[in-house]
Amino acid sequence: MDCDDALLRVYEYLDGELTVWRRRAITRHLDECPPCANGFVFEVELRRIVVSKCREEVPASLRQRIAEALGIVSTED
Amino acid sequence: MSALYAAALRMTRNPSDAEDLVQETYLRAYRGFGGFREGTNLKAWLYRILTNTFINQYRAKKRRPDQVDLDDVEDFYIFRRLGGIEAADAERTAETEALEAMPDAEVKQALESIPEQFRMAVILADIEGFSYKEIAEILDIPIGTVMSRIHRGRRQLQKLLWDYATENNLRPRVETSTGG
Repeated sequence: MDCDDALLRVYEYLDGELTVWRRRAITRHLDECPPCANGFVFEVELRRIVVSKCREEVPASLRQRIAEALGIVSTED
Repeated sequence: MSALYAAALRMTRNPSDAEDLVQETYLRAYRGFGGFREGTNLKAWLYRILTNTFINQYRAKKRRPDQVDLDDVEDFYIFRRLGGIEAADAERTAETEALEAMPDAEVKQALESIPEQFRMAVILADIEGFSYKEIAEILDIPIGTVMSRIHRGRRQLQKLLWDYATENNLRPRVETSTGG
């Protein structure tokens, strides 16, 4: 396992989509290679930032609309 | 419901369409609940209804064309521009802070600018936290396709965020050796 091998699988690694063995090999590489580990950490940070900035509040009017619509459907049935 | 609404907003890129889409999803889910088999993933089932409804009804409108072309972006787009593996930790922390300083609206717009097929995969993976297998079921595409769409979508998103940070001088001045 070298840096290129590790970087090639960064997303699958972070998404938890690798087999146990592949995962272990990459973890071992990251333990030995701080620069690669930094790269992986950066990807995690970036994703955390994107997720935190894409949150949305559901408008109260929408909740109401849906509740009413479902209520209507249920009485029709 | 807020996760579903957030996904709907990123898909439709329009609050009123997003509200209609979420309502339609709930109604269809309610009506179709008989078709739901126990043991299958309820959340994935709901998102499948959401994405199918979006694809069938709202996509046709195309209020705003996709803004990014499909040119491939290299891996670790931002990371490499931070000086890659040679950069010091302190520089990288500064960059993370610069990204953190980006307005929410800009990050949302960046995500919404990714072409639809890639955007859908990234939303389901990153915002909703679905596995590749679940996304394959939701979008009805092979897992290999899911993977390549997520990866390309994320790279495009990185490039957009980086471009924004650069254009708006959010980026602290760092001596880099990207060679570009």
